[in-house]
Amino acid sequence: MTSAPRDREIAVVAFAQTDHRRTSEELSEVEMLMPVLHEVLDSTGLKTADIDFTCSGSSDYLAGRAFSFTLALDGVGAWPPISESHVEMDGAWALYEAWTKILTGDADTALVYAYGKSSPGSVRDVLTRQLDPYYVAPLWPDSVALAALQAQALIDAGDTDEPALAAVASRNRAAASTNPHAQLRGPVPQGDHLLQPLRTGDCPPIGDGAAAVILAAGDRARDLCARPAWIRGIDHRIEAHGLGVRDLTDSPSTRLAAERAGAFERPVDTAELHAPFSSQEVVLRKALRLGEDVDVNPSGGALAANPIMAAGLIRIGEAAARIHRGRSDRALAHATSGPCLQQNLVAVLEGEPR
Amino acid sequence: MPEVLKAPLVVEFPFTRSLGPVQSAFLTGLRERVVLGVRTGDGRVLVPPVEYDPVTAEEIGDLVHVGLTGTVTTWAWNHEPRRGQPLDTPFAWVLVQLDGADTALLHALDAPGPDAVHTGMRVRVRWAGERTGAITDIACFEPYDGEASTVTVHAGEFEDPVTGIVAAARLDYTYSPGRAQTAYIDALSGRRTVGERCPSCRKVYVPPRGACPTCGVATSEQVEVGPRGTVTTFCIVNIKAKNLDIEVPYVYAHIALDGAGLALHGRIGGIPYDEVRMGLRVEPVWTEGARYPDHYRPTGEPDADYDTYRELL
Amino acid sequence: MSKEPVAVVGIGQTRHVAARRDVSLAGLVREAARRALRDAELTWADIDAVVIGKAPDFFEGVMMPELYLADALGAVGKPMLRVHTAGSVGGSTALVAANLVAARVHGTVLTLAFEKQSESNAMWGLSLPIPFQQPLLAGAGGFFAPHIRAYMRRSGAPETVGALVAYKDRRNALKNPYAHLHEHDITLDKVMASPMLWDPIRYSETCPSSDGACAMILTDRAGAARAPRSPAWMLGGAMRSEPTLFAGKDFVSPRAGQDCAADVYRQAGITDPRREIDGAEIYVPFSWYEPMWLENLGFAGEGEGWKLTEAGVTELDGDLPVNMSGGVLSTNPIGASGMIRFAEAALQVRGQAGEHQVDGARRVLGHAYGGGSQFFSMWLVGDRPPDS
Repeated sequence: MTSAPRDREIAVVAFAQTDHRRTSEELSEVEMLMPVLHEVLDSTGLKTADIDFTCSGSSDYLAGRAFSFTLALDGVGAWPPISESHVEMDGAWALYEAWTKILTGDADTALVYAYGKSSPGSVRDVLTRQLDPYYVAPLWPDSVALAALQAQALIDAGDTDEPALAAVASRNRAAASTNPHAQLRGPVPQGDHLLQPLRTGDCPPIGDGAAAVILAAGDRARDLCARPAWIRGIDHRIEAHGLGVRDLTDSPSTRLAAERAGAFERPVDTAELHAPFSSQEVVLRKALRLGEDVDVNPSGGALAANPIMAAGLIRIGEAAARIHRGRSDRALAHATSGPCLQQNLVAVLEGEPR
Repeated sequence: MPEVLKAPLVVEFPFTRSLGPVQSAFLTGLRERVVLGVRTGDGRVLVPPVEYDPVTAEEIGDLVHVGLTGTVTTWAWNHEPRRGQPLDTPFAWVLVQLDGADTALLHALDAPGPDAVHTGMRVRVRWAGERTGAITDIACFEPYDGEASTVTVHAGEFEDPVTGIVAAARLDYTYSPGRAQTAYIDALSGRRTVGERCPSCRKVYVPPRGACPTCGVATSEQVEVGPRGTVTTFCIVNIKAKNLDIEVPYVYAHIALDGAGLALHGRIGGIPYDEVRMGLRVEPVWTEGARYPDHYRPTGEPDADYDTYRELL
Repeated sequence: MSKEPVAVVGIGQTRHVAARRDVSLAGLVREAARRALRDAELTWADIDAVVIGKAPDFFEGVMMPELYLADALGAVGKPMLRVHTAGSVGGSTALVAANLVAARVHGTVLTLAFEKQSESNAMWGLSLPIPFQQPLLAGAGGFFAPHIRAYMRRSGAPETVGALVAYKDRRNALKNPYAHLHEHDITLDKVMASPMLWDPIRYSETCPSSDGACAMILTDRAGAARAPRSPAWMLGGAMRSEPTLFAGKDFVSPRAGQDCAADVYRQAGITDPRREIDGAEIYVPFSWYEPMWLENLGFAGEGEGWKLTEAGVTELDGDLPVNMSGGVLSTNPIGASGMIRFAEAALQVRGQAGEHQVDGARRVLGHAYGGGSQFFSMWLVGDRPPDS
């Protein structure tokens, strides 16, 4: 594998997100997204025409419409025509594509956005369509069921128990009380079993939202942001699809991505983990070797707001914003995709010494 | 602001899935009450079987017969079954490692309650009464404390193999079109076509979508356009579209309503199809209760000059 | 640090047909991927990352199918990206993969695009019954035919041009064993006599609906040096997007297409594409789009594209052959169609195009577009590295 040093420094210089809500039915996707695009551009003083590359992440299945991303592009103002791409993935992977584009030297700035409206459909049913279409999808096992299988495996392995999972949920929601964008802010009852061993409190809220990030290289980043969040490393890895061939108590793809991103070279002070279920935070903490001294999910994480397709990008944005504000010097951001943490992305962000 | 419009959107299709050789053997086996696995290069047995090694991606196809009994490797109690799931009474989702297999299969376990389920418990296949060659030929698993069933070699060859499955899938959405389109649709109910003007470039968008796509800013100033307009370009449709009760041939046209910054689409009537031309002036014809004009017909005005609509094709 | 040059060292595609009933989704994509690996004489273990593309997930009814296909494509433990830019996706996917090599993130990348349209019905996938919207009044051709009429009005092209393109592309397809349509008894008269579906589009001037996949292995200079066969080198690549519908949009010659081509030519040092490019694989789903795109891509002046077609310039033995493979008119697995264009361009400069090889092809353009003529992706490949 080629791992030549890459001499372009690239940073997250701006981040914006919607207030995440159970429903935004009064707004179309572009109407929901556009204010976020304006906010992230305004915070840097850039206009669409100043952006060298644009990349977005979203899902047709979530929207219930083919080519749903084409209308979202209306919010960008793609005229004159822009250099632009789209991944049918969480926006964190759109950011990864934009990062590679800047690395090539063909772009110095990039706009990355993602949005997801879970309110129109039944997201538990929609996500079953991600599964093996021959052997698994015909059984309609929903996303909570799969997460619950993983949670039970962790309990059986002695990695956690129900009170520990409740503590994870409660800590995330408490952290979200200072996050004005979060959907669930402050204590939420742990509730009854939704799918034993998971209780309602262990599961993410269902909601709509959007987020946008601006990347810039080198001095351009320094011009646009007082304290850029430099991407020191970013990598993503995927695992086998079948739950029955994986060890659900571990996340080797997260560990490998973290290694490749340089996460283990020095300690991080902050980690934003895309763990929609409390049990998944247990898996990720282990794979990422995060100790008690790391501030995990100061935003409240996906347990406080989980706009699907944007929630991973929001982790990178939140980690970067913490560096922008001077609250972190080295932060890890993580995004996931697929059933039971099948695919994982890790980014390591740093602020310059103060 | 008008009330948000909402309506059900059903996305449903019977997908026809062809099978490769390994899937075909596995699903045919289920029909015949046999469970097959496939052996990987390093000797592990995968159940359910796939045609490639999940670690090395190498082609595999060495089928083996595994037991109908197995062990639960993890489980989750589902007290509220959802549409399409294997059982309609509370059940456990389980991963089951069948005897002779090295990987686990996802399915349902019929048990009286969560207290009756634990990791490591022994279970066996309960077959569906009618089997067609699908994963649902296994109705579910059930608790079992008898002997392990024996494992034999199997070539995976059957009479009349299953070569495909039909996977019906239905998802229900509630669609709402957003602010700008809601206002547009509301105005249409009064047979008025109301677009929105971009505050920056001043173009009028019909139908409005909430943003000026070239300026990337919100549109909000409402502007009534039409009702008359100009055919800017068109085609003559000679094949009947499914679900449309329109006699062919008919003309499908781009129509720039007077005052609009771009054309919308409609059918032209009230004139022989072969006399429709670019520049024809038209007006809408409404039918009772319809949301959109049924078609547009000639106004009798002289044709518009090409230069007046060349930007509106 | 300049970009790493990107070489195409492996190309594979499936035999494209209306319905590949003998393979699963995994079997379909593996058929293309394994052929590409064999062409490059590489194994799954040599691949550092996988970039996959396809058009809407509703076509197969699998949401984000790359998750399911990860193991089938040897991606376990590797990075995997999924691109979706409508009809241009096959081209965009290749360009995203190329950037991974150009940025020196990875040395060798597998890129693949597919569609298995027989699992559903493309028109169903494209026209889900969205509430409150005006029903689609005329199938796929109804969207394109008015733009073709606009082109005819603007250019004064004679009505026969569309038939000439279809006749040429279908004859080219006879030389391509992978093409979907093999109409051995095709004649110009038959094309002209085929039913007028969406006037001015005749039946024989439309594309089929296909199952198929296409894969390429992209690598860096070191990888190219180890390649068993001569590589194709990427000399320029670009994507451009404009909005779906807007006041003043030119559907006949969208500015995004012009800008995209100009960017590719600038990167490749091309100043006179008509003279300096030896052939082009252009995304032509309806035959009239050949003359339209010839103008949009700068091969002909405005209103002049049809003259190249009419004069035989775009024939396989003309001096600017277009759609040597038989084109989208002969093979159309939607999500893969763009990558097939890119791959055919690479086959040509490698001298690997078999019976549809253009003698001495040194620089060939691959082109894809999608959405409402709003997304464009293109690359120019050559038989020598960019710095030589």
